[in-house]
Amino acid sequence: MPEVHLWSGLRALAGGREVVEVEGRTVGELLDALVAAYPALKEPIEAGVSVAVDGRVIASALNEPVRPDSEIYLMQRLRGG
Amino acid sequence: MALDEYKPQKGGSELETDHQFKYVGTRPDRPDGFDKVTGRARFGADMYAPGMLHAAILRSPHAHARIVRIDTSKAEAMEGVKAVVTRADFSKNVPFAPGMAGEFWNILENVMAGEKVLYDGHAVAAVAATTPLIARDALKAIEVEYEILPHVTDVDEAMKPDAPVIREGAADKSVPEGMHPNVVRYHESGHGDVEAGFAEADLVIEDHFTTEATHQGYIEPHACLATLGSDGKGELWCCTQGHWYVQKVCAALLDLETANLRVTASEIGGGFGGKTTVFIEPVALALSRKANRPVKLVMSRSEVFRATGPTASASMDIKIGMKKDGTITAAKGEFRLQGGAFPGAPMEFTAMCAFACYNLKNVHQVGYDVMTNRPKQAAYRAPGSPMAAFAVESVIDELCNRLGLDPIEVRLKNAAREGTKASYGPTFPRIGLVETLEAAKAHPHYSAPLKPGQGRGISCGFWFNHGGETSVSLALSEDGSAQVMVGTPDIGGSRASMALMAAEVLGIPFEKIRVTIADTGSLGYNEISHGSRVTYASGLATIKAAQDAVRKLRQRAADKWGIDVEAVDWVDGCAVPSGPNAGDFDPLPLAEITKNMGATGGPISGHYEATPEGAGVSFATHIVDAEVDRETGSTRVVRYTVVQDAGKAIHPTYVEGQFQGGAAQGIGWALNEEYIYGPDGRLQNPGFLDYRIPVASDLPMIDTVIVEVPNPGHPYGVRGVGETSICPPLAAIANAVSNAAGVRLRDLPMRPSRILEELEKQQGDA
Repeated sequence: MPEVHLWSGLRALAGGREVVEVEGRTVGELLDALVAAYPALKEPIEAGVSVAVDGRVIASALNEPVRPDSEIYLMQRLRGG
Repeated sequence: MALDEYKPQKGGSELETDHQFKYVGTRPDRPDGFDKVTGRARFGADMYAPGMLHAAILRSPHAHARIVRIDTSKAEAMEGVKAVVTRADFSKNVPFAPGMAGEFWNILENVMAGEKVLYDGHAVAAVAATTPLIARDALKAIEVEYEILPHVTDVDEAMKPDAPVIREGAADKSVPEGMHPNVVRYHESGHGDVEAGFAEADLVIEDHFTTEATHQGYIEPHACLATLGSDGKGELWCCTQGHWYVQKVCAALLDLETANLRVTASEIGGGFGGKTTVFIEPVALALSRKANRPVKLVMSRSEVFRATGPTASASMDIKIGMKKDGTITAAKGEFRLQGGAFPGAPMEFTAMCAFACYNLKNVHQVGYDVMTNRPKQAAYRAPGSPMAAFAVESVIDELCNRLGLDPIEVRLKNAAREGTKASYGPTFPRIGLVETLEAAKAHPHYSAPLKPGQGRGISCGFWFNHGGETSVSLALSEDGSAQVMVGTPDIGGSRASMALMAAEVLGIPFEKIRVTIADTGSLGYNEISHGSRVTYASGLATIKAAQDAVRKLRQRAADKWGIDVEAVDWVDGCAVPSGPNAGDFDPLPLAEITKNMGATGGPISGHYEATPEGAGVSFATHIVDAEVDRETGSTRVVRYTVVQDAGKAIHPTYVEGQFQGGAAQGIGWALNEEYIYGPDGRLQNPGFLDYRIPVASDLPMIDTVIVEVPNPGHPYGVRGVGETSICPPLAAIANAVSNAAGVRLRDLPMRPSRILEELEKQQGDA
């Protein structure tokens, strides 16, 4: 099951956990599973997050695949100039 | 291998490292050069329509005030005035929500004030009239009664318990309990045990730094021409970095169906992130709907300064520990950014970029997004990163000075590499920081002797880069030329890069390809030109669209030759049999296929739509020599070298231009540029006479070195280059100036008065 690392600001919304395990084959499924497991994460996730999967920062594409052993970090949504 | 046979390699890479480029990497003349030199290019203010009205906006003279009453009746009665709008003329259906979840509400509130004005220059009402003069006169006839409220424009002051509250309920759930309501978002990240790391250090330096808000300083003010009928259908011509975004936001703010508003991006006279949102476009549309006439709205320079988005200002505390051998043992940063009277200051990027250049076991970063009575900040090249680099790289420079270590060697010793756990969490894939440091060390600039009174500064910088939603269409003509339609406004030479990439795939000369920026009615959705994404994402989509066309060209050849399409390759602009078993046919050039395409299956075009997510991060190292006049405090940058990883430079001249542009803007930010607010909360310098950007005579020739560590996420290895170049300059210049002056400069800009103050303190201490 993929492990998702949360930035410190999210941990209070996930029972203080730094790393949580949720089922998901894609970025979108992971985010849905996170909200299902920790409803308090709904607001920050809906406000926009990026997901780093194996070092690649996924800013938008919820259909990007993840593997059970992928390194996954939630990050605040990227914006640029 | 034919270009249309890319197969993802291990790890999802599409990189073809052994490809010998024919067009990519060359330096053809810029395709927009003639238009811009002759004045033929049409910018935002260059469009006219029959019956067009001219608009003007009434702006708040107060930093913070409640709007008690607005009476527009006298203005409406004036001859020549055709429409007046206030907030009541915009959608009531845009919901308020805390933090960035309420971004559309925040944009609407910024476009036209609701119950309160939140900064000097905030729009209150707008007029459309038959002439610009009548419109401006009519503004004077609008009566607004204000109840003036206490204001705050400084980020640290805005966090204090007694600071005036700008808006209750704007904070999202990330903000710890007990913070002032002006703190609206909070970020915290890192790993390891920083206190244990500091205990291992031989020297720990903790220091405080500030940077002021600066404007992107694009030469073209915002301008648009709007037509919106009572049937809800409209056309908008505007100067923007992202017309699909403009379409989406304007539709939401005016209760329109998105598809009923067609938006065309004009030629753009600079953006740098400042044209990634809307300011005047919804106002012009609202006026047009009310007047039932086209409405043109052009900002003055003063309005650009007062009411568009400068970057955030920052107050930062940095603590770094280092061993005598240069190993960084721990790093900690606290970053407080104000982004005006709305959530959105890019403090999370400041925090995440701050230590990204280094391989750190112990790192911790905290960011605060703070509201003040200033205009809503907008993105500015690598938003948030330059100020972080300024603070962090200044401390590293000071550590190197005090420990007697070479600043490049120390950075090499601690540099992030492939496999490093980034300070913001993930593990870096292939990256090019070490290569930029090695190239900087080898550059003659680094070993050149300095003259008396001069100092040298080094800094590294980091930016994420971005992909995003992208659509491209490519159409072949009967004569064998090609049109490429992209949806990302060309803010940095992307039309040339797209043409080169299309030429590479199609195998036809650059000159046979014309790239245009399509309007929202002509192409699928395209995200804004931001995040250094265009050459990466639109480039990738252009390659794929051209490959799609090549597949069709090969099919036509296969049909002509009576063989299977798999037996046809595409080489140097011609269909050729893939081997002896495919048959003996002469190469069939592209133009031979297209001249009869109508009779052999119809028009040939290529398309690609996707959200590419393989943008590679980018690093740079800058070397700066500066000299300081100890009598006047005047500073001059005398030599500047930019070394940056471009992944693959598609058009090296444009890449060098991006490097130089970032350095030039950084010089302004470091030495002169700043938003100056008076005690009344009003902006004191809303014009280029008092807000001093560098001019050519202020700058040395900026030398450039392009490093190419290919990005595995792009077929040709491209990394974005537009933003990283502004990350190191503030620190590199501050380090050079500090080393020249013999005193650490911790506050930007390093204007003469500030340098004199520091020199006087130094003399006093001595």
